[in-house]
Amino acid sequence: MRRLMNIAPQRGSRWLLALLPFLLLAMIYAVASADRRAANPGDKVLPPVSAMVDAVQRALQPDRRSGERVFWSDTAISLKRLGVGLGVSVAIGLAFGLAIGLLPVVGATFSPLMAVLSMVPPMAILPILFIAFGLDELSKVVLIVIGVAPALVRDLALKVGQLPTEQLIKAQTLGASTWQVMLRVALPQAMPRLIESLRLMLGPAFLFLISAEAISADAGLGYRIFLVRRYLAMDTILPYVAWITLLAYLADVALVQLSKRAFPWAHLERRA
Amino acid sequence: MSAISIRKVWVEYGEQIVLERLDLDIASGDFVAIVGPSGCGKTTFLRLLLGQERPTRGTLLLDGAPLPDEPGPDRGVVFQRYSVFPHLTVLGNVLLGGELQAAPLLARLFGTARRRQVEAASALLAEVGLGEHLHKYPSQLSGGMQQRLALAQALIMRPKVLLLDEPFGALDPGIRAEIHVVLRRLWKETGVTVVMVTHDLREAFSLGTRVVVFDRLKRRNEERTRYGATITQNIEVRKRDAQTALDADIQNQLGRDDPALEELSGRDDLASAQQ
Repeated sequence: MRRLMNIAPQRGSRWLLALLPFLLLAMIYAVASADRRAANPGDKVLPPVSAMVDAVQRALQPDRRSGERVFWSDTAISLKRLGVGLGVSVAIGLAFGLAIGLLPVVGATFSPLMAVLSMVPPMAILPILFIAFGLDELSKVVLIVIGVAPALVRDLALKVGQLPTEQLIKAQTLGASTWQVMLRVALPQAMPRLIESLRLMLGPAFLFLISAEAISADAGLGYRIFLVRRYLAMDTILPYVAWITLLAYLADVALVQLSKRAFPWAHLERRA
Repeated sequence: MSAISIRKVWVEYGEQIVLERLDLDIASGDFVAIVGPSGCGKTTFLRLLLGQERPTRGTLLLDGAPLPDEPGPDRGVVFQRYSVFPHLTVLGNVLLGGELQAAPLLARLFGTARRRQVEAASALLAEVGLGEHLHKYPSQLSGGMQQRLALAQALIMRPKVLLLDEPFGALDPGIRAEIHVVLRRLWKETGVTVVMVTHDLREAFSLGTRVVVFDRLKRRNEERTRYGATITQNIEVRKRDAQTALDADIQNQLGRDDPALEELSGRDDLASAQQ
């Protein structure tokens, strides 16, 4: 008998194995839901799948008053907040990360600040953001930026700081200026790492988005969930949670693909 | 093509004296091999020439002018590792120098300017035997190919001085002999002044026109920090032009794993040139 650690699943059975826990969870839910409804037909806590489908279909229909398709308008506005927040974070991460990692003077000036800033709990300063930036879009975007950017800055600065000195010297012997080293040596080598840390920050970014929407918003995925919570509308909440999860998962997959396409060299090395 | 003069150079790190009383003249077009035991400041010396470090005392002159105190395009370098950029293809690595020089802002070339550079780079790469691998990334190349790429990348800039820091230390003997041939040919064609640090005495004597030995004169424990290493021997192995016989020599060594060392003792003026 071979050791368990040496037994690897084949390609086909790998899919089956991956599906198994999902099926199991779905089954547990179905049984639990049926149980509860057998005891109380009016139960709202674990609605059947049919109820969830109904709820989603309702959300997909144009709203009676506003004429909006709530599901899509919620998704659009949430993704916009998330996109802007992450975009700004990436810009800040790149600019400061490269400068701190490559330039000793900038590093000495800003890296302690970044170390402190990244420890500020973003949720604790959410009230400050609401007071300073108002209750609409800006404060939500700023919350995401404050939560995500410092981590990106620190991670990129670390990565750039780890570039072998030999490379930086070599670039200078090829006549590179500081700017050119940043542009042609540090930036391209930082990009795969940036995408990786962005993937890790997707979870926190959604956390900040949903939190901000829950507290103050008039649309958005997080707003909707917390709105219908008042009516115990699990048939809406559960599909929304599944949708948010799917969006985050797809974003993660897209980032992986982007990195493989745009920076093939970074993925060659890892296999070796 | 340039002469280097080192005048009374000392390097100290705080209390520790690393190099002392260095005096050395390197003629234009020389191939200087620097040998010596570990920890004798060979690499420190190379870093001085590179401009990565400054001497505590003394002066370094390149063609009579003080050596710039940061690395620049007049001095090319090949390290043992990390000499090529992992994110650029073979061609991209060799193009980089030209792009950096010609386009200060974007560091990229387009159109005819780029095509001209690509031609020059491809020609040089073909010469070092990488013509088939233009679009591979360094991690897809063997160690010997990476070092040949590093040589091409450094030499396309036409530097005055080429500095080599144990460039072939990690290579198999057979591969090393092959790359010696490439290096020797490039050196002769470009007329660049070469300074190479190596651990391999045979390599030093078979490639260099001059072998410089770094060593400590005082090595008792209590003397270690207060006395640094210096040049203990400076051996002229051959004149720059007396090459023809040697090239045949090198060709003979190609592919042989462990060429006998006595080849060296029969060499021209080894003993007589010793200072």
